[in-house]
Amino acid sequence: MTDTLLSLADLQAGQRATVRELRAGRAVESRLASLGMTPGAALEVVQNYGRGPLIVTVRGTRIALGRGEAAKILVERSNGSHG
Amino acid sequence: MAECHPAAPAAPTRTRVEAGAPLLALAGQPNMGKSTLFNLLTGLNQHVGNWPGKTVERREGRFDLHGREAILVDLPGTYSLTANSPEEVIAREFIVRERPDVVIAVVSAAQLERSLYLVAELAALDAPLVLALNMVDVAEQEGLRVEPHVLEAALGVPVVPMVASKALGVRDLLEVVEDILSGKRLPAPRPPEIRPDHAAVLAEIQARIAAHVPAPYPPAWTALKLLEGDAEVTRTMQAALPPETWQAVHAILRAHDDAFLAVASGRYEWIGRMVRAAVTRPRVGQIGLTERLDRWAAHPFWGMALLAGILGLVFGLTFTVGAPLQAWLESAVIAPLAGLTAEALVEAPAWLRGLAVDGLIGGVGSVLTFLPILVIFFAAFALLEDVGYMARAAYVMDNLMHLMGLHGKSFLPLFLGFGCNVPAVMGTRVIDSWPARLLTILIAPLVPCTARMAVVAFLAPAFFGAKALWVTWGLVLFSLLALVLSGTLLNRLLFKGQRSAFIMEMPLYHLPNPRTIGLLVWQRTTAFIRKAGTAILGMAVLVWALSYLPGGDLNTSYLARLGQFLEPLGRPMGFDWRLTVALLTSFPAKENAIATLGVLFGVSPEAGLSELLTAAYSPAAALSFLTVTMLFIPCMATVAVTKQETGSWRWVAVSLALFLALSFLAGTAVYHLAAWALR
Repeated sequence: MTDTLLSLADLQAGQRATVRELRAGRAVESRLASLGMTPGAALEVVQNYGRGPLIVTVRGTRIALGRGEAAKILVERSNGSHG
Repeated sequence: MAECHPAAPAAPTRTRVEAGAPLLALAGQPNMGKSTLFNLLTGLNQHVGNWPGKTVERREGRFDLHGREAILVDLPGTYSLTANSPEEVIAREFIVRERPDVVIAVVSAAQLERSLYLVAELAALDAPLVLALNMVDVAEQEGLRVEPHVLEAALGVPVVPMVASKALGVRDLLEVVEDILSGKRLPAPRPPEIRPDHAAVLAEIQARIAAHVPAPYPPAWTALKLLEGDAEVTRTMQAALPPETWQAVHAILRAHDDAFLAVASGRYEWIGRMVRAAVTRPRVGQIGLTERLDRWAAHPFWGMALLAGILGLVFGLTFTVGAPLQAWLESAVIAPLAGLTAEALVEAPAWLRGLAVDGLIGGVGSVLTFLPILVIFFAAFALLEDVGYMARAAYVMDNLMHLMGLHGKSFLPLFLGFGCNVPAVMGTRVIDSWPARLLTILIAPLVPCTARMAVVAFLAPAFFGAKALWVTWGLVLFSLLALVLSGTLLNRLLFKGQRSAFIMEMPLYHLPNPRTIGLLVWQRTTAFIRKAGTAILGMAVLVWALSYLPGGDLNTSYLARLGQFLEPLGRPMGFDWRLTVALLTSFPAKENAIATLGVLFGVSPEAGLSELLTAAYSPAAALSFLTVTMLFIPCMATVAVTKQETGSWRWVAVSLALFLALSFLAGTAVYHLAAWALR
C-alpha cells in the first residue's frame, strides 16, 4: 500500500482503484455510501472525458458522478488495472 | 394529480382490525422492478395520492391473496433508510409505526451487492421480511447465478427468485407471504454488525439511551442511527433524553463523527459475506449490453446527438399523429356537440345556452381535445423512462444544466414540460436537493408546452404564411434561451450560485414492460382529465361569466372592461384591448387565447379568423403577441401545482412576478425591434 492518493476525477476510463477517503461532507458522503461508495470499495472508471460528469462502476452498479463530487473522492490505484 | 393535504394528520392507513385485511409493504431501491411487481399484483386496483404532509407520491393497492383482500403499500424507492430525504423517513416510519404484517424487499439479482444495502437496514428494523430476488434473467445474461437457498440460509429470511416483468415467481412469493401470515414461517433476519473498531462505542450509546427510547423504535436501531448521525433520530433523542444523558451521548457522538462510514462498511461486509456465499459467476469478462449501448448514449457528443434525435422523433410523432387527432376531435366531436347542445337548448334562456356551449363545451371541451397529444407524449416519456434511457439523457445534459447551477437530473422534469408543465412541476420530485428543485419548479413553465405550441401553430401561419415554421422554431429557441438566462440569474440571486451534488445511478437497460408503461400513461392521463373536470371547469365558467355579464355581449362585458382598463399596459407591446383580453383568458388554459380572439372578432374559431387577424394587426404586434404567449404567467393548473409542490404562496408570487416581468420586457423589446426591422 502506497501513500499516493489520487482524486477519482483524475483516473482514466478503464482504470481501477480502491476508495480510501471521502471528503464530500456528511450529506453527500452518506448518499455515496448508500450507493456502495465506501472506503475499501473497489471501483472501475467507465467513462471520463476530462470534463463533465463521469461514470464509475462500484459494487456492480454504474454510478454517474459530477466532476465536483468525483474530485472529493480519494482513491488508490490498483496494480491490476488495464488502463 | 395527487391532492395535497398539507396539514392532514398521519392517519392510520388501514382498518385492519375491522376488515382483517393483511397489510403488506413493498420496499426496495430504485430500478429494482418494485413498481413492476406492485402493478402486477394490484393492476388498476390502486390509489395514487400523497403521503400526509409530504409531496411524495403514495401508492396503495388491493389484491386477492388466496381468497381474501390484502392491502399493499408501495414504499418510496430509496437507497437506504437514513434520513437523507423525505422518502427515506417515510419508508422507515411506515415500517416502525404501522408494523406491516409482511415487508417484501425487492432486490435485483443482477446488482445484488448494492441492492442488499437496503435489506441490511430493513433487517435492523426487525421487520417480517421476504426477499423478492428479482431480475434473475438479467443476472444470467450478465453471467451471474444466485443460489436462493444459500442466500436464504445466510440472511435468515425467505428468498423467492422472480422475473417480475414476465410475471414469473409471483405465485411462489404469495405462498411465502401466506406462510408468514399464518405463522408457518417466521423470518429471523440476522442484521449486520458494525465494524469491530466501533462496536464498543455503539454498545455504550445503547446502554445510555436504552431506557429512554420512545415506544415503537427498537433501541439497538436507535443507537445505530444516532451513531450514523441521522438528523431525525438525533432530534427525537435530544428531546427524549434527560439533559445530562444527552450531553454525555452528544460528546461521544462528536468524538466519532465519522462513525457512519464504519456503519456503512459493516453493512457492506455483511453483504459481502452473503454475496460470496450465494453468487457464482459461470461466465466472466463479457461486455454487457448496457456497457455497449452507453458508449454511444453517454458519449459527450454522440449522446447529445442521440438525445436531439430522440427529442425530434418524439415531437415529430406528437405533432404528426397527435395534432391531426386533436384537430379532428375539435371539428368532429366538440363542434357538433356544441351545435347539438345549442339546438337542444334553443328554448332555454340565452345565458344557459351560453354557459353550456361557450363556457363548458368551448372551455373544457377544447382542453380535452389535447388528450391525444398528451397521451402520445406521456407514452414516449414512459417508454424512455422504463428502458433506462432517461438517466443517460440526464447524464449528457449535466454540462448544460451546470450553467444554471442545476445538474442533469433537472433535465427530466423539464423534458416532461414539453408535454405539459403540470407533470413537469410534479416531476421535480426526482431532484434530491431543495434549492435545485425549487429553481427547476420556477423555470419549468418556460418550457413551451403543447397548449402554447397549439396557439403558435394556429396563429403563426395566419400571420407569417410560409415563414411560419421559422417563426415557430425561433419562438421555441427564444423560450429555451429565456429559460437558461432566468435559471442562471435566479441561481445567482436566490441561491448565491451554489450547486447541489450530482450522484445518480445509471440503471441497466432492459426491454420495456408494456404493463408498467400502460399504467404510467393511464395515471398521468386520468390525472389530467380529473384536473380538466375540476380546476379548469371552474375557471372556464368564471371566464365565461365575466365575458357574458352584465349585458350578454362580450364587447360590453366585465372582461372587455378589464381589457380596456389594462390596455395601457399592453400598448408598449403593440396590443390593443382584444389581444390583452385574449392573453388574460389564456390563464385558465393557454389555448383559450384563440377561442377568445374568435369570440372578440365575432367569428367561429374555424373560419375566417386568420384573415381578420392579419388585417387587424401588424406582423410586429403578432410576433410580440406570440412571444408574450410563450413567456406569460403559466396556466392556472401549473400555478396550482407550484403552490402544492413548494407549499408556499411566496414562491407562487415570485414565479408570477418573474413571468409578468419577463413577458412584458420581451414583448416590448420584440415589438419595437420587429417594427423597426420590418419598416
